[in-house]
Amino acid sequence: MNRTIERAAPFALGLISLGLWQGLVWALAVPPYVLPGPIDIVAAFIGDFNTLFAALLSTLAVTFSALLIATLLGVFLAVAMAASPLFRAAVQPWAVIIQVTPVVAIAPLIIIWVGQPFMALVVCAIIVSFFPILSNTAAGLAATPADLLDLFTLNGATRLQTLFWLRLPAALPNFLVGLRISGTLALVGAVVAEFVAGSGGFASGLAYRIIEASYRLEIPRMFAALLLLAVSGIVIYAALGLLERFLLRRRDGV
Amino acid sequence: MLTIDSVSKRFGEGTLALDGITAGIAPGEFVALLGPSGCGKSTLLRLLAGLEQPTAGAIVWDEGHRPAAGGVGFVFQDATLLPWADAAENVYLPLKLRGHRRADVADRVHAALAQVGLADFAGARPKQLSGGMRMRVSIARALVSEPMLLLMDEPFAALDEFTRHRLQEDLRTLWRKTGKTIVFVTHSIYESAYLASRILVLSPRPGRIAADLRADIPEGPDRRETAAYTGLVHEITETLRAVMPA
Repeated sequence: MNRTIERAAPFALGLISLGLWQGLVWALAVPPYVLPGPIDIVAAFIGDFNTLFAALLSTLAVTFSALLIATLLGVFLAVAMAASPLFRAAVQPWAVIIQVTPVVAIAPLIIIWVGQPFMALVVCAIIVSFFPILSNTAAGLAATPADLLDLFTLNGATRLQTLFWLRLPAALPNFLVGLRISGTLALVGAVVAEFVAGSGGFASGLAYRIIEASYRLEIPRMFAALLLLAVSGIVIYAALGLLERFLLRRRDGV
Repeated sequence: MLTIDSVSKRFGEGTLALDGITAGIAPGEFVALLGPSGCGKSTLLRLLAGLEQPTAGAIVWDEGHRPAAGGVGFVFQDATLLPWADAAENVYLPLKLRGHRRADVADRVHAALAQVGLADFAGARPKQLSGGMRMRVSIARALVSEPMLLLMDEPFAALDEFTRHRLQEDLRTLWRKTGKTIVFVTHSIYESAYLASRILVLSPRPGRIAADLRADIPEGPDRRETAAYTGLVHEITETLRAVMPA
């Protein structure tokens, strides 16, 4: 099959589905508060663009703050765990416990404890997103080729030299995989936290707009907000994928 | 240069890898450690490098021959280059680890690359090089610190036969030119007979020295066709046949 057709196929399927959707909404006269057609959604999107865009920026601010801190925290913990088996033994179970506890369950506590709404949301998003970075980086550090470690030992390398000139660069591909997973999880974490916080929280993110729209039965606006969220998730995932390819190509020169 | 004094090595409570190995290695020798898989020849090499400690016995260095950090060059079975560094950066690594600035040792790095015939490939990344070229970089990296002792652990085993022959010839030339002491682990009878000035044949599990043979093959481009070479191959084969379990 032709590659161009193959590339176009998902878009074509999407367009056909949208057409069918709009056709059914018209044909069956479904009221917009039950299921709006794509045209209503686009109209709501354009009409509320300023509000929605501000909400998106607010959610993304939480997402990227959380991702940045999760990256620093994850890499730091992974390095510390690689350096000290005792530290690894002490920390690993707690990292897993935090990872498997649903953030919805602990978000109310965090919102009460942290107090400041923006930071509370960031903390929730960090809890959801730091684990893939931690576990992937730790796996990468542990998988440093034994021969290269021997080579460094033979040449009298210090622990810091081995860390910065061998273990960290060797773990880069694993770290980048973790970063890509964590990027989308940070968005999920930010949205979930906003939902839990509701009007008591920061009251400006996309999730809050979705709750607000659902209270007012403004279903087209809700869909428009959802659409923005989905697109943001895809863009974050794709951008981190591009970063991964770029960095690895630069690193290995091919 | 050094004496391996009744060295034994046991891993944990488990198998005995080496059992009472005793041999002396003189400066300038090219020693092949030959034996079947699992005879402990790589372990013996790691003991010489100081990467492992013997369970019993000792490696005794002659006066003034005990190597400092980096005094031993080690070539692994795989080239084990840093994939993110170019050939020159990889060769520079042992000097970098000992605190030399790149600019101060640029000549030494270049000379080491030239010694293995890769003067024109200083800027190439490992992925851009062939398997044979990567192994040459690895050898240059082991030579750049001008070690007294060069240890090689089946370095050519993963290469195709043409490349292997070329590298064997070049290594032999390099040894004759520099007079380095080399200990070379291999499981190829032909490789040991072609390369070495002395062959230590190890028996399998636990490793013991089954024979200590001198190679006395006249130099020349057709060393592989001489009667001395064929005779040596035959002698090694017979020795190994005698020590291998049926």
